[in-house]
Amino acid sequence: MSSYTGDPGDVKPSRPAFWNDPVIRGIFWQIVVVGGVVLLAAFLVSNTLSNLARQNIASGFGFFDAESGFAIGEAIVPFAPTDTYLRALIVGLLNTIKVAVIGVFFATIIGTIVGVMRLSHNWLIAKIASIYVEVLRNIPLLLQLFFWYSLIVSTLPRAKDALGPFLGFHLSNRGLNVPVPDDWAYLGPLVGILLATVVTWVLLKRSKRIHDATGETKPVMWPSIGIFVMFIFLGWAATGFPTSIDTPALQGFSFQGGVDVSSEFLALWLGLTLYTAAFIAEIVRSGILAVNKGQWEAAGALGLRRGQILRFIALPQAMRVIIPPMTSQYLNLTKNSSLAVAIGYPDIVSVAGTTINQTGQAIEGIAVIMAVYLTLSLSISLFMNWYNKRIALVER
Amino acid sequence: MTSLKILGLATAAVLAASQAFAGATVDEIKSRDVVRCGVSTGLAGFSIADSQGNWTGLDADFCRVVAAATLGDASKVEFVPLSAQQRFTALQSGEVDLLSRNTTWTLTRDTTLGLDFVGVTFYDGQGFMVPADLGVSSAMELDGAAVCVQTGTTTEKNLTDFFRATGMSFEPVVFEGLEESKTAFFEGRCDAYTTDASGLASIRATDAPNPADYVILPEIISKEPLGPAVRNDDSEWFDVVRWSVFATLQAEELGINSGNIDDMMNSEDPNVQRVTGTAAGMGEALGLDEAWAYNIVSQVGNYGEIFEANVGADTPLGFQRGINALWKDGGLMYAPPIR
Repeated sequence: MSSYTGDPGDVKPSRPAFWNDPVIRGIFWQIVVVGGVVLLAAFLVSNTLSNLARQNIASGFGFFDAESGFAIGEAIVPFAPTDTYLRALIVGLLNTIKVAVIGVFFATIIGTIVGVMRLSHNWLIAKIASIYVEVLRNIPLLLQLFFWYSLIVSTLPRAKDALGPFLGFHLSNRGLNVPVPDDWAYLGPLVGILLATVVTWVLLKRSKRIHDATGETKPVMWPSIGIFVMFIFLGWAATGFPTSIDTPALQGFSFQGGVDVSSEFLALWLGLTLYTAAFIAEIVRSGILAVNKGQWEAAGALGLRRGQILRFIALPQAMRVIIPPMTSQYLNLTKNSSLAVAIGYPDIVSVAGTTINQTGQAIEGIAVIMAVYLTLSLSISLFMNWYNKRIALVER
Repeated sequence: MTSLKILGLATAAVLAASQAFAGATVDEIKSRDVVRCGVSTGLAGFSIADSQGNWTGLDADFCRVVAAATLGDASKVEFVPLSAQQRFTALQSGEVDLLSRNTTWTLTRDTTLGLDFVGVTFYDGQGFMVPADLGVSSAMELDGAAVCVQTGTTTEKNLTDFFRATGMSFEPVVFEGLEESKTAFFEGRCDAYTTDASGLASIRATDAPNPADYVILPEIISKEPLGPAVRNDDSEWFDVVRWSVFATLQAEELGINSGNIDDMMNSEDPNVQRVTGTAAGMGEALGLDEAWAYNIVSQVGNYGEIFEANVGADTPLGFQRGINALWKDGGLMYAPPIR
């Protein structure tokens, strides 16, 4: 370093040696680090491959087409032991998606309710919500899953002494058996529901437009309920009032007919939902608290009721705070569903685990699991980011 | 500078780790002075740890047999409890030197997993256990039953094969952990529990709230030859483990046991001399001490002693020798000549 003599003419523009130039140094070290990581990765891959070859361990995804030879307890698409490993993995993937979607749906509803409850002026309601959050958030999820599973399996009666039938429902330690309309009998009402959804949506848009233009509030809830009832009835009528219902009945050891919701699914769903809802409740609470107090006071001064303020003023603004952390919770719930293997629910990890053991293709099996969770997580992120952008504050 | 140092250290560590596998297993075990043996996480009679962490059981004893042969001391074993799911990866990656964990010898495992099975220490077959009040007396009456099973086992495939062959349906309830699968069965989630008949007897004797409430059905639906396995990249080590198992059979066949082996040292029978090590050559051929088989029998026992101590008639499992008797007694246990 050159010393400063105090003479203004002595100050030269600072030109450090090139090895001391922060920009060049930054670039140099980044190249070194990236190069090192690439070398390390290449070494690990080649080392793994040569080790596999040396130990005569087969590699590659050829096993996808081989007959799986094992059965899966529950499957959304038909599955038989004669089907391939690939199809088995798809069944596992669908089971994961099933529990994740239903879990996210209910966790959001319960979490929002509990979050709002925590802010209630009613002491008892607020305390109940706090206890719920503190208890569920602070117990490891795996223990909760064991708890729910054990509760379902040990307290509910065996299949032959099942609770019910109540409206055709049977509840036993096998799970819940639900009656469903026979064959295609639900098709008419289903089309009705779809049409009713469209009409209701149009109605909502119209009501919002009128509200924006004139400030007049058109009733939406009662008309839409009426629309749903009418369209479902019309759909049912159009298919000739089919009444045959596929009711589950005990045959031998198990229930035949209807839809079977297994105790494994129930336990996993309950555990994931209640656990994640506790976190969502805190996010909702913080989101609502993040809305400036002045907004509440201003809305109150306009004569809006508390429920209206929450719905029209507070929640829309809170959403902007809520959505990003909410995305993390949805990701967590999806990834936590991999604990299913502990309580016997055939999710992707469970099926891939069986596949790894039957074929010995551990690296490929783990790669499949990682690809699945990466894809699911990125999809959720993408969707939530899109939604976040949509509701973001538009500055004019 | 730090990032480069860390990188260098990491690379060196990876290189060192990969080179550690290259050395012969026996040399590595001798320098480590302990045999790492993969066992099940807890199956009474085969491998189970008590409250002090002492492992007992047939599989655990065969770990000791190998340690006695290799290191001259049956107690120099480090037991590594492994789930059905972890066991092969643990062996492939060198985490354990051998697997002695009620593992069935099958063609695909022998060929595609990079393993070699050294032989059979217990001939078994898969069966079913049901609650007595289910009123079922044969596996053929299990149509539509929910069956609890542990994942990653031949059991899972045999179960599927059995129901396919008989044209019956069933609902598999698959768990990763042995503990969870047993609990689910005893809490009534499943109508039947399936695993090897030896495992059923073990679970009924030690885990059932009341053993009399459960019956093991007569049908045996598969062949399950259980035995130790090693990696297939070290034939020297493979021979050591294989002949250690054979030594226990040969000793029983010759009437040598842990009580009389010191007297047998004076025997004029050349067959006995080769097992006791008085006639040299066998240990050298295996790259071991000449007292290898002596150490096995004096410290752990011959096959008959190991069997009776762990699963025999006087134990809670109460097995008869059956097909696990020596060939000369009508069983399947047979050791090639030690000569």
